[in-house]
Amino acid sequence: MIKFFLMVNKQGQTRLSRYYEHVEINKRTMLEAEVIKNCLSRSKDECSFIEYKDFKLVYRQYAALFIVVGIDQTENEMAVYELIHNFVEVLDKYFSRVVSETLNLL
Amino acid sequence: MPAPIRLRELIRTIRTARTQAEEREMIQKECAAIRSSFREEDNTYRCRNVAKLLYMHMLGYPAHFGQLECLKLIASQKFTDKRIGYLGAMLLLDERQDVHLLMTNCIKNDLNHSTQYVQGLALCTLGCMGSSEMCRDLAGEVEKLLKTSNSYLRKKAALCAVHVIRKVPELMEMFLPATKNLLNEKNHGVLHTSVVLLTEMCERSPDMLAHFRKLVPQLVRILKNLIMSGYSPEHDVSGISDPFLQVRILRLLRILGRNDDDSSEAMNDILAQVATNTETSKNVGNAILYETVLTIMDIKSESGLRVLAINILGRFLLNNDKNIRYVALTSLLKTVQTDHNAVQRHRSTIVDCLKDLDVSIKRRAMELSFALVNGNNVRGMMKELLYFLDSCEPEFKADCASGIFLAAEKYAPSKRWHIDTIMRVLTTAGSYVRDDAVPNLIQLITNSVEMHAYTVQRLYKAILGDYSQQPLVQVASWCIGEYGDLLVSGQCEEEEPIQVTEDEVLDILESVLISNMSASVTRGYALTAIMKLSTRFTCTVNRIKKVVSIYGSSIDVELQQRAVEYNALFKKYDHMRPALLERMPVMEKVTTNGPAEIVQTNGETETAVLETKPPPSGLQPANQVTETDPGMISRFCRYAGFLFPTGIPSITAYNKNGLKIDFTFERSNTNPSVTVITIQASNSTELDMTDFVFQAAVPKTFQLQLLSPSSSVIPAFNSGTITQVIKVLNPQKVSDSKKNC
Repeated sequence: MIKFFLMVNKQGQTRLSRYYEHVEINKRTMLEAEVIKNCLSRSKDECSFIEYKDFKLVYRQYAALFIVVGIDQTENEMAVYELIHNFVEVLDKYFSRVVSETLNLL
Repeated sequence: MPAPIRLRELIRTIRTARTQAEEREMIQKECAAIRSSFREEDNTYRCRNVAKLLYMHMLGYPAHFGQLECLKLIASQKFTDKRIGYLGAMLLLDERQDVHLLMTNCIKNDLNHSTQYVQGLALCTLGCMGSSEMCRDLAGEVEKLLKTSNSYLRKKAALCAVHVIRKVPELMEMFLPATKNLLNEKNHGVLHTSVVLLTEMCERSPDMLAHFRKLVPQLVRILKNLIMSGYSPEHDVSGISDPFLQVRILRLLRILGRNDDDSSEAMNDILAQVATNTETSKNVGNAILYETVLTIMDIKSESGLRVLAINILGRFLLNNDKNIRYVALTSLLKTVQTDHNAVQRHRSTIVDCLKDLDVSIKRRAMELSFALVNGNNVRGMMKELLYFLDSCEPEFKADCASGIFLAAEKYAPSKRWHIDTIMRVLTTAGSYVRDDAVPNLIQLITNSVEMHAYTVQRLYKAILGDYSQQPLVQVASWCIGEYGDLLVSGQCEEEEPIQVTEDEVLDILESVLISNMSASVTRGYALTAIMKLSTRFTCTVNRIKKVVSIYGSSIDVELQQRAVEYNALFKKYDHMRPALLERMPVMEKVTTNGPAEIVQTNGETETAVLETKPPPSGLQPANQVTETDPGMISRFCRYAGFLFPTGIPSITAYNKNGLKIDFTFERSNTNPSVTVITIQASNSTELDMTDFVFQAAVPKTFQLQLLSPSSSVIPAFNSGTITQVIKVLNPQKVSDSKKNC
């Protein structure tokens, strides 16, 4: 099950967040900050799946933007990884060039 | 009042803020403007304001005052209003807020709306945040929509049904008839969500699971079409047709095929086909293969298929992509229990992964390596794991050390190898070793009698250079204390014996005592070791006496108590000193249970709770073994874990109100785990004690046999005794141990 879907930039500012489970609002900001910290500390050679607390993070970087999805044990990590890319492609097709420029700005 | 700014303007403004404080200020100003606008009940701009509020909520600012506004938007007739209203409801409202129930009627009306997009909005919202009451009320509508022919609505209704089932499991049966035709759809959206619905139902109810097993052929057919069909632009992702649906179907097949031979049989072919035909050059293909492997391992597949699955995982391990290697290691970990031999074939690749840069991969590889160690490969594996222990991150060291100890204990090919391995772990990761490892190690060393000299020599050399690693120092101190005589006599056979004088040994122990790096426990070990050496060393007894007396005034209470008692041993009980400080005998496998104050006797102890019946003496459970010289000696024994060298001495178990009961102990000749206790009860009062019955109770793991007593009357004035024999069997050779120190 997907627990949350985040788009966070390198500075830690949340650009989009969607939670599929109830999380207190102040905990959300903490969670987002920690998640981005984890993602930033990974190098290029490391895999895209991080074990964080009792769930997993699947992240993907597009320019200065990180898309992070939190999943539990039942999900296929690689399918979610593919889903993230699919999402970005959909945004790209739907909003055409605007998205890649905006993504670069984000 | 000027028109409120648009959302885009707001976002742009917030982006220009350079500090958190600036941002907060801007947002507060905007919130105030929005609040006053809400108060004015302005219909035109409500939608815009709520949109801005939702954005600010996403950034982490409170937005609860917008909840009622969302409801107003939902009730409006305009689609643009409804859209924002429902979005707001999904983000801001949930069952914790009482306001949410007001939405029920709106949603009900919208579910029957003429426009499918409005119906879609309502379904989405219900499926996202519907509470159990709402779900109960609206389940009928959802079920109706599940049967509609409109695929746009059907797929949303399916997902809404999933949520309803999660909230109110009893309603599952209601959706059963609607699921009949779900898989006949051509539309992938509907197929996908239907599979999700079926998965949810099967996971929640075994009856549903049995019912849906008949769908396996249909699912297999759909999957086949997906693989065999040509290029379809709608569903193509990097050359594969709708991989997300394929993964979902594979997962449902896994659930249906688990523990069921017929279903597993029906899916064998398609699984083999997917496994062989899927393109592996891109991540998509690998995602599908991963799911296939998981399914194959979980159902009752035939062995050829299982081998195929493990080979796929082996191929993954060699792939350059980190994600795939990680996923492969995770799956191998899951399957290593069931398909041990197959996984063994990939052992070398797994061991190579220990050297990977990625932390997640290293951890998985380490866990998998421990699972793969067996009698044949233990030497090679240990070499790799010890190398890993040297170079890995600190967070792994504790787990790795424990793992190595466990594996070494199970599969050690020789005692010397075992001790060498332990030494290596202690020297490389000494400070990360868990506390309970120290007594286990000490016991292991004690039991390898022929290796004592070698062990103590190596330990001595290890702490000569560096005595900061506490577990290492503790084990070393204990060994030096026990086997110091072997050390100075230079008797080692396995290695070049080193020349060590008694003074040098005492030097090192004293430095441990003085050092700031030593923990209190370690100091205790060192002091006791020094004390033990007083019987093993010949020329330095005075030096030992001096050291011990210095610590009699130590600030550390534990140290002080020990020193004072050792001092007393030198002064008053010097005649007992050699006996008390004798070498520890071989210990049985110890587990710690039972009361603390027990004398350890030749590796076994027992506790006995005594009760006596007759009037003169009250009930007095006596489970403390009392010594003729209680207090100091028993405490001494408590620290040192010492034994009385000649078996268990007889004791007076009870002596009160004129009734005295003595125990004498012997080990049975026929069965060494049986201890024979002979009790003698005597009576020093003026009256006979009649109806004397002795009862005893032992811990659950022990067995007790009471033979008949000689009589039930104890004559007065100590003129006679009652004798009774008790046999205590300790079947597991479990002993209640005390601390070794």
